[in-house]
Amino acid sequence: MHFRAGQTRATSANLAAMPHDHDHDHPHTLLPPEPALRVRALETILTEKGLIDPAALDEIIETYQHKIGPQNGAKVVARIWSDPTFRKGMLDEPMPLLEELEFYGRQGEHMVIVENTPEVHNVVVCTLCSCYPWPLLGIPPGWYKSDAYRSRVVREPRKVLAEFGVDVPDDKKVRVWDSTAEVRYLVVPERPEGTEGMDEDALAALVTRDSMIGTGLALRPEA
Amino acid sequence: MSRPEPIFEAPWHAQLFALTVHLHERGVFDWPQWTKDFGATLAEHRLSGDLNGGDDYFNAWLATLEKVLVSNDMAPPASVASMRDAWEQAYLATPHGKPVRLGD
Repeated sequence: MHFRAGQTRATSANLAAMPHDHDHDHPHTLLPPEPALRVRALETILTEKGLIDPAALDEIIETYQHKIGPQNGAKVVARIWSDPTFRKGMLDEPMPLLEELEFYGRQGEHMVIVENTPEVHNVVVCTLCSCYPWPLLGIPPGWYKSDAYRSRVVREPRKVLAEFGVDVPDDKKVRVWDSTAEVRYLVVPERPEGTEGMDEDALAALVTRDSMIGTGLALRPEA
Repeated sequence: MSRPEPIFEAPWHAQLFALTVHLHERGVFDWPQWTKDFGATLAEHRLSGDLNGGDDYFNAWLATLEKVLVSNDMAPPASVASMRDAWEQAYLATPHGKPVRLGD
């Protein structure tokens, strides 16, 4: 299988939840899928009890949709490439620096930064569920949460990486990091050739989400 | 670079995610415990076939949250079921294009 090729297989759960598709001369609003009704039910019950604030939910969605994402991680990587003192700090003890940058919070409390080198390629997974450094990378992509990725990248990392288009030479080690509820990893991809003299903003544009998970490489400047 | 993928594939994924994050912020559960519970649900659901990381992932998420809210008595199953039915009725009774509201 190929991880890029989208994995939209119908499951019994979402088939059962399909909105009805009979003929449409009747006027009512389309019924949302079953789980959507259950989520609404929970929201209503908790709101009526005063346990949640619906406005806060909108704010959380807005934040994760627009403010938190791989652009944060890319900034960090670009600075690691450019600033040796920052790099050393991030490899030794990243939390104070990340707090200063305000890339800190739920699912990012204990970050470990792992650096790709000519000798080692790092790749990150969460075999338990889908732990992921939200403050730096946002919400994980579908494939990161799939059983196929979660089980196979541990068993046959080189093969999985090749499916992502990353061919790791035989003499290069592959290290797989399994995230836990407490520890999250960020991969620092190798800095591409031909980037000497580029500023941090230009460098950050080369750092893709996948390159910080380890299933991709940083882009070359001409790409 | 490829087109950016949507962050949430369906609106209810986003609502469910936000609800969970909000409840955590309010101290209803701690995150390591959530992770453990969620991991357990995923493992259970996986018995009926590989999960693709889309709807089935959030179905497992929803099942976990419902369990948590039952265990601390914040949303007992009977209330959830009748509230769900009330929403279904509201959708069926609302003319297309009008905002859906719960009846009294």
